[in-house]
Amino acid sequence: MTQTLKTMGAPSLDELRLVGMLPTLEELGNRACVCIECVEEIPCNPCETSCPQGALRVGSPITNLPAIDRSKCMLCGLCISACPGLAITIKGMQGDKARIRFPWEYLPLPLAGEEVEMVDRFGMTLCRGNILSVANPARNNRTAVVMAEFPAEFVEEVISIGRKNGKI
Amino acid sequence: MDTEKKPAIVVGAGPAGLCAAIELKKAGAPVILMDENSKPGGQLFKQIHKFFGSREHRAGVRGFDIGEELLAESLNLGIDVRLKTEVVGIEKGLKVWAVEDRSRSYTVDAATLILATGATENALSFPGWTLPGVMTAGCAQTLINVHRVLPGKKVLMIGSGNVGVIVAYQLMQAGAEVVAVIEALPRLGGYGVHTAKVRRAGVSFRCSTTIVRAEGKEGVERAIIARVDDRFKPIAGTEETLEVDTICLAVGLTPSIELACLAGCGEMYVPELGGNMPVHDEFMRSSVKSVYVVGDIAGVEEASTAMEEGRLAGIHAAWAMGYMDEPTMEARAEETKRRLRALRQGVFGQKRFAAKQRILEQEANS
Repeated sequence: MTQTLKTMGAPSLDELRLVGMLPTLEELGNRACVCIECVEEIPCNPCETSCPQGALRVGSPITNLPAIDRSKCMLCGLCISACPGLAITIKGMQGDKARIRFPWEYLPLPLAGEEVEMVDRFGMTLCRGNILSVANPARNNRTAVVMAEFPAEFVEEVISIGRKNGKI
Repeated sequence: MDTEKKPAIVVGAGPAGLCAAIELKKAGAPVILMDENSKPGGQLFKQIHKFFGSREHRAGVRGFDIGEELLAESLNLGIDVRLKTEVVGIEKGLKVWAVEDRSRSYTVDAATLILATGATENALSFPGWTLPGVMTAGCAQTLINVHRVLPGKKVLMIGSGNVGVIVAYQLMQAGAEVVAVIEALPRLGGYGVHTAKVRRAGVSFRCSTTIVRAEGKEGVERAIIARVDDRFKPIAGTEETLEVDTICLAVGLTPSIELACLAGCGEMYVPELGGNMPVHDEFMRSSVKSVYVVGDIAGVEEASTAMEEGRLAGIHAAWAMGYMDEPTMEARAEETKRRLRALRQGVFGQKRFAAKQRILEQEANS
């Protein structure tokens, strides 16, 4: 099942769909959605303990895959920086624009207003995007949460932005 | 010296040793913590990533922050920490021979010995492996995260286990480019969430691939890699040249068991946990009942399991030395074992749990 994850390093959309964690395009069009890309049973549950609404559940044993109750989720985004695996984003789309909030641990931090390259799970550039905000409060423990906007057609593939290779 | 007043000696001030010493001292036992390095913490201060686990395992906290917390706790408790102190011998009757600062040699009679000596990174030999620029992943991690020195600009990582992918990520955080992560096996070894964050940064992963040789005049200038067949032999005609200046080896670790051998601890071979290692019972006691083994020496796992093993041994040793009553020991040991068990579940943990069970059975049968 997890074929590209264990050979190319990242899961394909099909692999993620099979696990049933990803929101559908319809859900993404209605309202922003937490997207969890955690498909292996590893002992880890900070997403669950970070959620003030009790919307994210791992339970016992802590190797269970996380499950999200979208009706409880207030989209606060605390789980994005809490996940040690950097496996959580929040995505949504409205008209021809999509937005993503994703975790970022490279310097320099992107700047609001900056134009960037949006990348897919395999590091391929998909399109251009714009940084809307960068949040890095102390409680994030040095994992910044960046929001970017890009064309809606790429909403399922986009996972992050391109690194500025080594240019610190 | 009165037997009752003999101290417990903990060798190695990494996560396992620190936790063992803390539990002993909290129970009121005299404890000396020795480490050959000039700073305690073991590998914790290189771990700049957030840990997995649950809240009780300090999940979501970065490794160096856990290191700071353990150090502060050990200082507050007033543990006798002896740095730059190598333990070089163990004689009958648990006489521990230490050398301080490579100049002063002395012995201490110990009531209990807790060995938390960790593990050593494996090397891989190939033509060109002695060129400057070829180093273990742990070495690169020490350079970037402890000494803040970038070992190179373009890196090839050999080995896709968690060490390989975590260090690949941290090399990029430090400003390097990781050209590829190669893996001799047909499948990647590390957690998918680790490989995924490296992959999305544009790093290519190559399975069934090995390094054939490294080339360069003064140091590494390029690496020649090739695909391997199902017997791990390079397939002719599949060679490819990568322009890199650094080659990192993340090809496993081997428990550092020298002191356990000197103490006469029974051993067994457990390939999943890194090779030969001392057997131990459910309280981390080796076949020599006054000697405990905790952390990577007792099977290579993770800092989170090492800390729990250290606590388990510390609690049991405190009872064995007469500083804790039996019901308290049993309740606290049970709690610690439950936390350990939680870390050894799922696709990755189950294998380690099964291997650990074999160690317990071997010890029970010996």
